Amino acid sequence: MNAQHQPTGSAYFMTAETTRPETHTLSVLVDNEPGVLARVIGLFSGRGYNIESLTVSETEHEAHLSRITIVTTATPNVLEQIKSQLERIVPVHRVVDLTVRSAELGHDKPLERELALVKVTGTNDNRVEALRLADAFRAQVIDANTEHFIFEITGRVSKIEQFISIMRPLGLVEICRTGIAAMNRGPQGM
Amino acid sequence: MAGKQMEMTGAEMVLQALKDNGVEHIFGYPGGAVLPIYDELHQQDDVEHILVRHEQGAGHMAEGYARSTGKPGVVLVTSGPGATNVVTALQDALMDSIPLVCLTGQVPTSLIGSDAFQECDTVGITRPCTKHNWLVKDVNQLSRIIHEAFRIATTGRPGPVVVDIPKDVQFATGIYTPPSPVIEQKSYQPKVSGDLDKIREAIELMAGAKRPIIYSGGGVVNSGREASQLLRELVDLTGFPITSTLMGLGAYPASGKNWMGMLGMHGTYEANMAMHDCDVMVCIGARFDDRITGRLDAFSPHSKKIHIDIDPSSINKIVRTEVGIVGDVGHVLEDMVRLWRASKKTDKSQLADWWTQIEKWRGRNSLAYASNKDVIMPQYAIQRLYELTKDRDTYITTEVGQHQMWAAQFYGFEEPNRWMTSGGLGTMGYGFPAAVGVQVAHRDSLVIDIAGDASIQMCIQEMSCAVQYGLPVKIFILNNQYMGMVRQWQQLLHGNRLSHSYTESMPDFVKLAEAYGGVGIRCEKPADLDDAIRTMIDTPQPVIFDCRVAALANCFPMIPSGKAHNDMLLPDEASDEAVANAIDAKGRALV
Repeated sequence: MNAQHQPTGSAYFMTAETTRPETHTLSVLVDNEPGVLARVIGLFSGRGYNIESLTVSETEHEAHLSRITIVTTATPNVLEQIKSQLERIVPVHRVVDLTVRSAELGHDKPLERELALVKVTGTNDNRVEALRLADAFRAQVIDANTEHFIFEITGRVSKIEQFISIMRPLGLVEICRTGIAAMNRGPQGM
Repeated sequence: MAGKQMEMTGAEMVLQALKDNGVEHIFGYPGGAVLPIYDELHQQDDVEHILVRHEQGAGHMAEGYARSTGKPGVVLVTSGPGATNVVTALQDALMDSIPLVCLTGQVPTSLIGSDAFQECDTVGITRPCTKHNWLVKDVNQLSRIIHEAFRIATTGRPGPVVVDIPKDVQFATGIYTPPSPVIEQKSYQPKVSGDLDKIREAIELMAGAKRPIIYSGGGVVNSGREASQLLRELVDLTGFPITSTLMGLGAYPASGKNWMGMLGMHGTYEANMAMHDCDVMVCIGARFDDRITGRLDAFSPHSKKIHIDIDPSSINKIVRTEVGIVGDVGHVLEDMVRLWRASKKTDKSQLADWWTQIEKWRGRNSLAYASNKDVIMPQYAIQRLYELTKDRDTYITTEVGQHQMWAAQFYGFEEPNRWMTSGGLGTMGYGFPAAVGVQVAHRDSLVIDIAGDASIQMCIQEMSCAVQYGLPVKIFILNNQYMGMVRQWQQLLHGNRLSHSYTESMPDFVKLAEAYGGVGIRCEKPADLDDAIRTMIDTPQPVIFDCRVAALANCFPMIPSGKAHNDMLLPDEASDEAVANAIDAKGRALV
C-alpha cells in the first residue's frame, strides 16, 4: 500500500495529495518482549504506511531493549502521524526520526549502512572478474570452492545495489540483505 | 492481606487482583479454559459476576458499566470462541476510548500452537483492537500484568486491554504482588498536564475571536465530572457558543443557553454553519471524525484551530491545527479557566454579531418534522420519552441507526455519563447489553435503551440475563420494520431500491418479552403514547416497548456524503427529488 496516495483518514477527503512524499529513517527503541515487532509492523500494515526496510535486534541486553530501524516513504503529515502512532504503542520507549534529527544537527542525512551476503557461481573468466570486482568494492570472500564465492559486502544501500547488479551477469545465484542500520553523526546519543 | 507478598494459585491471583483494583462487578461466560477462575469466583462474595448469554454482550455491558461510572469495565471469557466473540466490543471500546479489562482463558501453554480444542491466537487477533494485550506464561508475572492492565486501560486515552491466561498458569502456584503505587514501567507515560505556553497562546487566540466556537467531544466525559464542570465554566466565562459530538453529549447541558445542539452529519444547522463560518475553533477532547468534518477541503476554511487532546496522535491527524495542546481535558481546562480569569476581562459584546447570526440559523429550525395525528413520528416518540423521563434519574443507551440520531437530536442531556452510544464503530447490538451494564452499576436508576427494530435483534439474547438478575432495563424500540438508516441511504444513493433493508419477518416483541420473563408493551397511536411510556416506567421488570412509528421517515438535517458543513439537506427542503439528487456520483463512492 502506498500511504502517500491515501487520504489522511476521512472518507470525504477527495482532493489529490499535493505534498511530495519523502523517505525518512526512523529509530524505534522498544522493550524486547514477545509480539513487539508484530505491534510495530501491524501498525504499518493496518494504517497503510510503507515499510521500505526494517531491521531489528536487541541492543541493550540488561535493559531488555531492542532497536528497530524503519525506512519509510510518506508525505510530511503522514510521517508525523507514523511517529505519533508508534509512540502510542505501550512497549515503545522512544521514536526518533533520524532524517529530521540529522537536518537539525546540520548534516545531510543520517549514516546508513547495510550488509549483504552475495553468492556467485561460475568458472573461468567470470570467476576472475567477480573476484576482481569484489576487491574493488572491498567485499570479502567468506566462503568459496572451485565453483563459487560468497561475498560479504557492507556499505551504503546504493553501493550494495550497484555491487549486486554488477554480479548479476557473472553468475549471481543468491542474495541476503540485512536491511538498513542507521544512526546520526556527532557525539550525541539517540 | 494487601501490602505483602503471598503465595497462591493463578486463579486466586486473578480474584485477588480484581479486588485490589477495586472491581465489584464482572461480566462473563464460563468455558473450559477459565474453569479454575470460575471455581474461585464461586468461593467468594466480593466480586459479583453477571452471567451473559453471548460474550459480545459481556463486552458491551462492561462498556456501558464503564461509561456510566467512569470505572473500568471487566470481562471474563473463555478461550477460542469466547475470545473471538468479544472482539467487536473490544474494537468498539478502542474507537470510543472506553476502559475495559478483558481476561481471556487460553489453552495450557504446552498446547499453544498445536491447534488445540478452543484454541485461537487471542493476543494476535486482539492486538489491533486493544490498547495493549498480554499472554501470561509465568504465574509469577500474573499479578503484575493484571495491575498494569488496569493502569493502561484507565490512564492516558482510556481503552480496552486483554490479558490472556493459559489454563496451566491458572492452576500454578506463585507469588502474588499487590498493586504498587510506584510505577516501574518506563515506556508508557501519558502526559496529563498541558503546556502552559500553548494554553496561553490558545487564550490569546480565543480572546481576539469575533466568531468563536467550542467543539467538545467524548474526551470531556472520559476526563471525569470535573472536566464537564470546567467546560461549563469556560463557556460561561467566554460566552462562546458550544456544540458537541455524539460522544460528548451531556458534558455541557442541553438546556444551557450557549448550546447549539450536536454537530456533524445529522447535527443542527446552526452548529454546522457556525463550525463552517467561525474564526476560532476550540476542539476539546474530540478527534475530527469524518462524520463531524464532512468534506475536509471545505471544513471550516477561515478558522484558526485549537485542539486539546490527551492522545498526541489525534492532533494534526485529520485537520491541521494552529495550537495543539497535549494533555488531559480536565487538567488543561483547569489551567485555561484559571488563566482566563486572571488575564481576560471578557468583552462579550464583541460576540454580539456572531450570536445574532447564530440566532438566524437557529431560526431555520433544522430539527422540524411534520407531525401526524394518526401515526407516531419517531421524533415525537423521543420527545415524549424525554419529557416523561427528564425529571428522573435516567440513563439512555442506543443501538445504531436512525433511532440513535433522533435520540441524540431530541433527547436533552444535562449531565455527562448519562448517554451511552456506539459512536466510532457504529455497532448495532451495542445498546441493550450496554443498558444492562449501566443498570448493574445503577440498580435504582431508570435505564432505557432507545433501539431500532433491526439493531435490537442483534443482542436480544441478553433479555435472559436482565431477567435473571432482576435488572429492569427498558428497551424502547422505534419499530419502522426497516433498517431505517440503510433504507434512507438507499433512497439517497441507490434510486430507492431497497435491497434487503426491509425485515419481512419481525418477531412479536410483546410475546418475545413475555417468553423471556419480561413485560411487553405495544403502542401504535400517538394518543396512547404517554400512557404507554408511563406504564413502561412504572413496570419493575425488564420491558420491551414496541413503539410502531412511521415507516419511511428520514433523519434530517443531513450533510450528504461529499458535501461541506454549509451544504446541508434540511427537512423542509428535502423533497423526494432533492433527496434523490442530494449526492453526486463521487459522493456515492463514500460511506
